[in-house]
Amino acid sequence: MAKKTALVQGNQACAEGAIYAGCTFFGGYPITPSTEVAEELSELLPTVGGKFIQMEDEIGAMASVIGASLTGAKALTATSGPGVSLKQELIGYACIAETPCVIVNVMRGGPSTGMPTGPGQSDVMQARWGTHGDHAAIALVPESIQEIFTETVRAFNLAEKYRMPVQVLFDEIVGHMRERIVYPEPGELEVIDREKPSVGPDEYKPYDSSKGQIPPLASFGSGYKFHVTGLNKADDGFPTTKAELVDAEERRQIDKITDNVADIEKFEEYQLDDAEVVIWAYGSSSRSARYAVNLLRQEGIKAGLFRPITLWPFPEKQTAALAKQAKAIVVPEMNLGQMIYEVDRVSRGNCAIAGVHRVDGEPINPAQIIAKVKEVI
Amino acid sequence: MAYDYEKSIRPGKLPHIWCPGCGHGIVMKGLIRAMDTCGLDRTNTCIVSGIGCASRLPGYLDACTLHTAHGRAAAFATGVKLAKPEMSVICCGGDGDGTAIGGNHFIHACRRNIDMTYVVMNNYIYGMTGGQFSPTTPTGKKASTTPYGNPDPVFDISKLAIGSGATFVARTTAAHPREIDKLITQGIKHKGMAVIEVLDDCPTTYGRRNKFRSVIDMMKELKKSAVPAKAAAKMSPEQLEGKFLTGVLYHETDKPEYCEQYDALIKRVQESA
Repeated sequence: MAKKTALVQGNQACAEGAIYAGCTFFGGYPITPSTEVAEELSELLPTVGGKFIQMEDEIGAMASVIGASLTGAKALTATSGPGVSLKQELIGYACIAETPCVIVNVMRGGPSTGMPTGPGQSDVMQARWGTHGDHAAIALVPESIQEIFTETVRAFNLAEKYRMPVQVLFDEIVGHMRERIVYPEPGELEVIDREKPSVGPDEYKPYDSSKGQIPPLASFGSGYKFHVTGLNKADDGFPTTKAELVDAEERRQIDKITDNVADIEKFEEYQLDDAEVVIWAYGSSSRSARYAVNLLRQEGIKAGLFRPITLWPFPEKQTAALAKQAKAIVVPEMNLGQMIYEVDRVSRGNCAIAGVHRVDGEPINPAQIIAKVKEVI
Repeated sequence: MAYDYEKSIRPGKLPHIWCPGCGHGIVMKGLIRAMDTCGLDRTNTCIVSGIGCASRLPGYLDACTLHTAHGRAAAFATGVKLAKPEMSVICCGGDGDGTAIGGNHFIHACRRNIDMTYVVMNNYIYGMTGGQFSPTTPTGKKASTTPYGNPDPVFDISKLAIGSGATFVARTTAAHPREIDKLITQGIKHKGMAVIEVLDDCPTTYGRRNKFRSVIDMMKELKKSAVPAKAAAKMSPEQLEGKFLTGVLYHETDKPEYCEQYDALIKRVQESA
């Protein structure tokens, strides 16, 4: 039987991907250009017995999502620029309390209110360092409607597996664009549920990592009584200021990601085998980049595309190798320079680095990228 | 026989952080007695707080406990309750936490009439940070950030809760320990948003700046200013000057509870599908 297909908007695909992943809770607040994710889930969630709540503000939305997750629900919120700024403190809370949840950021420009109806890619560093304190980060950057669906599912999987908040960032262009989607059958995409404790309530410690870097998470109301706090804590979940315990917990929460990069990383390589110039692009900018590669190849210029789908953790190994292979790396992004600094950092001077940047609410077009490539080779 | 509080307290978590003379311990004992009276299953009870002295309370109690970020208790609790309505949810925290930084979450939890019991320990000060004025610090009083006397008008937390749509609102003081557990018991049994405001004392950061010579003086002041709502009905405005009402201030049973409404919505949607 042929698979179900449809012409859908990116934000709708995100909502549908969440349902596929088993999401049963959405807490949100209206904000352009992400509102359709909320609208869609307000309709879909009750049909599967899930809960949708429009909270009083962005912070409350993030709080409700963490609260719901602690009862065992797969929980999601969706927002954009100013909303993500407001959520930062509680994204940090989800990090330290190791609470799985997914935050969708349909990126617009900024700072502040910026251009609410225009696209941007200027929240990519915020996704890494937005909340205060040391913490790990996972951020996924789909470039198409199909990929918004699959990456939303993967975001839930990574959140559940690694017990942490995962951000999905796409910009207004992909969020509001309509494309054909082929819906995966149930069971076709992997769906991961968080590990439950194997010990009884009396022995359970919510941050006991003696059997692995990621401690199993019990649900409130399932027979386990435990404490959750945003304070630095020992493995039993209770606050501590003992230096060695604080240090060990902080490091474990970062190591659980850096030690598992191979499982979390995802990228596309296009025409890279003999590439002398690499276009390093993500999200909607990579669509122009792929087109530019094709046109450059027609002209005999050996161009290729490296497209991170997992933006954080940063694809260090792959980027470093490309810097040794290529004469130049060109980074197009709808900001005034963010990921380019990471590319530059890991390239260690092995090739030229050049950016194509714009923040005028217009997409980066292939001609701009082609012009920059010709300038650097 | 002395009341057995220890069975409700997590082993090894005492002593608590509160100063000698602080009323929060009295409120915690009242909460323990109320939870017992209501027969709450502690594995199925979530106690949620924000940040501040009063917000340390959940850590001492043997239950599902959630110590969140400053002001956010009601919003986290809303997520817990909506996702798992079969859990009993109790919020606790101070005046600044609940009605300044958390004011928006507080009023909207009241508006939704979600089934939870919010115990506000109102000691009119930010104690943990050393005694800055809060939305309930009486006008003219001294705090570390009002060295010339507080220029701000105050919130009446109970009125705020009633005006926002909470369906059970009651007030008492740390000087009335028996009334604390009686009112919290009624709040837990009430189906909907219950707010119990407990006027409380902070001898360390409020009392010493405001000419209270001892904790006893602060307790006496609370007793002197508290007027049961029923008695107040027979008093003149002059007689009520400088007093506050205690007991059940508002109780309504007609307003639908939020989670029940949402469950009915799910049923309606699924049946029409």
